[in-house]
Amino acid sequence: MDKMPRWADVFLVPFINLVLAFLVAGLVVLAIGENPLHAIYFMVKGALGSTSGLGYTLYYATNYIFTGLAVAVAFHARLFNIGGEGQAAVAGLGAAIVLLAFDWPHWSLALPFAVLGAGVFGAAWAFIPAYLQAKRGSHIVITTIMFNFIGAALMGYLLNGILKSPHTQNAESLPFPAGAHLPTAHEVLAPLGIAFSKSAPLNISFLLAIACTVLVWFLLWRTRLGYEIRAFGHSESAAKYAGIPAVKITIITMLISGALAGMLSINVVMGEQEHLIKEFVGGAGFVGIAVALMGRSHPLGIVLAALLFGMLTQGGFELLWEMPTISREMVLVIQALIILFTGALNNLVHDPVERIFLRLRKRKS
Amino acid sequence: MSEQSTKTGRQETAAPAIELIGISKAFGPVQANKDISMSVAKGAIHGIVGENGAGKSTLMSILYGFYKADAGEIFVNGVATQIPDSQAAIKAGIGMVHQHFMLVENFTVLENIILGVEDGALIKPSLAKARSVLLELAHEYELEVDPDEIVENLSVGHQQRVEILKALYRQADILILDEPTGVLTPTEAEHLFRILRNLRDQGKTIILITHKLKEIMNATDTVSVMRRGKMTATVKTAETSPPELAELMVGRKVLLQVDKSPPKLGETVLEVSDLRVRNEFGVERLKGISFNVRAGEILGIAGVAGNGQSELLEVLGGICTGTGSIKVHGDELDLTGNHSDGQSRRARGIAHVPEDRQRLGLIMDFMAWENACFGYHHDPKYQKNWLMMDNAAILADAAAKMENFDIRPPNPRLLAQNFSGGNQQKIVLAREIERNPEILLVGQPTRGVDIGAIEFIHKQIVALRDAGKAILLVSVELDEILSLTDRVAVMFDGNIQGERVTAETDEKELGLMMAGASEEAA
Amino acid sequence: MDFADLFLQFTVTLDMTIRLSTVLILACLAGLFSERAGIFDIGLEGKMLIAAFFSAAAAYHSGNAWIGVLAGIGASMVFALIHGLASITYRGNQLISGVALNFLASGLTVVIGNAWYQKGGSTPPLTGNGRFHEITLPFADLLRDVPMLGPLYADVLSGHKPIVYIAFLVVPLSWWVLFRTRFGLRLRAVGENPASVDTAGVSVIRQRYAAVLIAGVLCGIAGAYLSTSQAASFGKEMTAGRGFIALAALIFSKWRPFYALMACLLFGLLEAISNLYPSIDVIGLFSIPVQFTQALPYILTVVILAGFVGKAIPPKAGGAPYVKER
Repeated sequence: MDKMPRWADVFLVPFINLVLAFLVAGLVVLAIGENPLHAIYFMVKGALGSTSGLGYTLYYATNYIFTGLAVAVAFHARLFNIGGEGQAAVAGLGAAIVLLAFDWPHWSLALPFAVLGAGVFGAAWAFIPAYLQAKRGSHIVITTIMFNFIGAALMGYLLNGILKSPHTQNAESLPFPAGAHLPTAHEVLAPLGIAFSKSAPLNISFLLAIACTVLVWFLLWRTRLGYEIRAFGHSESAAKYAGIPAVKITIITMLISGALAGMLSINVVMGEQEHLIKEFVGGAGFVGIAVALMGRSHPLGIVLAALLFGMLTQGGFELLWEMPTISREMVLVIQALIILFTGALNNLVHDPVERIFLRLRKRKS
Repeated sequence: MSEQSTKTGRQETAAPAIELIGISKAFGPVQANKDISMSVAKGAIHGIVGENGAGKSTLMSILYGFYKADAGEIFVNGVATQIPDSQAAIKAGIGMVHQHFMLVENFTVLENIILGVEDGALIKPSLAKARSVLLELAHEYELEVDPDEIVENLSVGHQQRVEILKALYRQADILILDEPTGVLTPTEAEHLFRILRNLRDQGKTIILITHKLKEIMNATDTVSVMRRGKMTATVKTAETSPPELAELMVGRKVLLQVDKSPPKLGETVLEVSDLRVRNEFGVERLKGISFNVRAGEILGIAGVAGNGQSELLEVLGGICTGTGSIKVHGDELDLTGNHSDGQSRRARGIAHVPEDRQRLGLIMDFMAWENACFGYHHDPKYQKNWLMMDNAAILADAAAKMENFDIRPPNPRLLAQNFSGGNQQKIVLAREIERNPEILLVGQPTRGVDIGAIEFIHKQIVALRDAGKAILLVSVELDEILSLTDRVAVMFDGNIQGERVTAETDEKELGLMMAGASEEAA
Repeated sequence: MDFADLFLQFTVTLDMTIRLSTVLILACLAGLFSERAGIFDIGLEGKMLIAAFFSAAAAYHSGNAWIGVLAGIGASMVFALIHGLASITYRGNQLISGVALNFLASGLTVVIGNAWYQKGGSTPPLTGNGRFHEITLPFADLLRDVPMLGPLYADVLSGHKPIVYIAFLVVPLSWWVLFRTRFGLRLRAVGENPASVDTAGVSVIRQRYAAVLIAGVLCGIAGAYLSTSQAASFGKEMTAGRGFIALAALIFSKWRPFYALMACLLFGLLEAISNLYPSIDVIGLFSIPVQFTQALPYILTVVILAGFVGKAIPPKAGGAPYVKER
């Protein structure tokens, strides 16, 4: 019983990590001669201060929920899927192919098929690394990195080739049919008498993200498959004792992970861009790693972390207007520091906190 | 126990090669060494014998500076010596051949020899020097090995020679060997002992750690016995016998009498014939064993740990593959194909309480209730529908099991790692026994379990027998075997050395068989 | 197309291959030192990027490209030290640490660059001695007219920036250090079986830090090359995935210096081809798209990893922090 209480592990340590990350980020802001408190004020204001800001914040959060869930599901089986970026990109192809194939009469008809297309393509892009890990022992981290680049090349090829719109110089597809337009927050809320920014890209994919969150929670803690995934992740030897097949679990987990990452394309490609462009993922796949780490791989934690990162992203854009010396890449710095402190340097905080709890307990007894 | 009076080595030579006084070491809550004192005479082969987990390796790792003792003193050649790291041990003239070789497998023999004791920034001169020293040593001690071969291409026996050479190259006078024969063939082992005797005759001191009594009798001059972290005795090898050592090793617990009636034997449930298992290195660990278990009886598998019992449980439980035949109620089991996993075994009514509950039997990060259906999580009674598990049912089931088996604290939402060893074992036992299986495999049911729980666990096993089930019980505790089983088979070196009806045998006879004496002699 | 034309194209391609391989070679050797010591390094990209920025900045302010290189090395070593702290001292996940450092470099370079120069993350162009200039090898002009060999010497081997030659010299030097010195012996041992080094009385931690810092130095030079030699200023994200190509080359080379040289030259050649010939017609039958050439390093690496063509076995202790007490 030489452990600290669960709440400390789940809340206190990540919180201290987060504070440290922001402190260091604050130092960076100081170093370039700006006031970090001002920066935070403008970021929060930019992210939450208007329905437009809120709309963008939730739009980004939607992306991060998808990629965060993708990383987290894999984490539960002790697999590090660093390929969310590529899986999401290829899933965009799947969604685009579905959406360009028909002149969809209504979004409610188009959405399920787009989800299917994106999911299948995203999962397919995760399948080969998964198979190679399960059957040939190839390190999944390296293969998924490689597949990110291969995916980018594939996208480039298709968008400069058969998928390319003849009307433009850019590497992008034709616009999707108007019937495939997903309702935005403005369109959904206006009939209810709620005024929401017209410009914000928040759309009903957000609800899809929430649904996925619930589904992931349901999968992991309510289904037999989830039980086996978690058991396999915690102890491979015990999983073998129980007769849980390692190859099957590895592959299925990665397929789910890839499909979840692929859902990002519904939000971005179908929900906002309404045609396929080359680099629409824009690093959200990697942010998913930070989100999963910060959220301790729990769906609820992931939603909270995704909101935080959504605020950071949107706040970072706004910051650019208010404090031009700080570029929006400051957001990347904060993300990096959060990954560093919560992921790689966790023991920096964890060990001392544990020692304090041990000492407190000793004093009590 | 009168450990102090047995320190006979002390009167013979003025300064023993090694003297340990009051060494203690704990890993978290586990006390691996408790107040150990011993002395090793110069120029002798000194055996240390004890069960797995008795604390032998920890003690030697302390001596070699790999772990730091919590308390105690070390004297080397009569001089009080601090050994904070391996460098200090090497300086004090101590060399160690670890159980898992400390070799860099893709290095050549020479590179391994010089690692850490290179003579300068460049390795060429050191390699040349090592080559000539190796040649001399090879000559002197029958330690031939190709200096330019890559270590992973060497046989295990040769790799071990490299380890010995490494120690000698560092001019070790005291050589510790930790379970050196575990990975060797009998011929290789014979050769090793010849080398050790040779080294002793040249004035080196050898400490041989093993759990094999035969080796102790064969090779050592003096022997110390360890049990549960304590040193129980040190005796001259010539003045002892395998049964005496076995008794010292296994120890006598407060005799727990199990109330049990004579067995009501039913039909044969489990038939095993010519069962063979190879480990990952291709070494045969089960060498074609055959036995039967009938309904309503407990067959005990006795033996010193590491003689194939673990592999037997694993192949029966579907964790590893094997060849030969296992029949349940006359139906052949698949031993290599798609149906040789834990799920298929459970479907055939085989329940398995594994030897290592923390590594196999439980998910330590799962809560008790999640563990209560582990392995049986496909059972329809745990499913709400085709997709969902019925967590409420599992929780209720777990709570009932905790009640029935008096698991404390009776909180199914506690993580498995937060239960004591005995209660963890009860969680596993409750899960497996309440399945009402046709066959129950049990490995070391009471290892690391407190006295009160032992009695309870024994009763449960007997109750299952009386319900007409077949039970295979593997234990290294002779007391447990004698008080609990109806029949006993003794395993030695991957074979069944002999079988007895428990009521018609005794500790002495079993001890002899455990030590490898043939059935006729015993 | 006549022979002279073809030969000219050939020399131009080779010349470009050498220039493009330089970064890969340095980064790949950086990864080699780190991974040979058992520390995975997917942060090569980030270390190069931060080095590229600081060397461009330092070279701009000092007007001396060599000072730029030193600054780049310094910045990269700070990153290496963080990686060491995370993966050695605090026994964290080496992969996550690498990911974090890549992000950190992407962010910091632009944030600082913008604050300093207001050029969207770029640094001002380097002029004069702030950038490196070509070195003409002895007799290059004299020998140019020798048929075949002359142009190969004068146009392919000669006429590169100093760091190019440094990179090619680092290859045999790395081999020598790793396989001929005590330091190298211990470094390789730490990556295979750290316990063997520990029981031999050598500090695993010190050895691993040394390896990680060497990786920092080499990534520093690589980054400096990008911004002071290959280009004459820093540009946002200018490493453009080269750190990952280097990682691929490292796997491709099975963690050996001379194989690494070959792999980097191959991948450099692929990049040169995709730059020079956006699409290649195969005798009029079909054309190989540029994206395929660009993706080929990654595809080849996956094939190698899958073990279908020779198995790439990484150092055994790679990725695992060394913990002695159980």
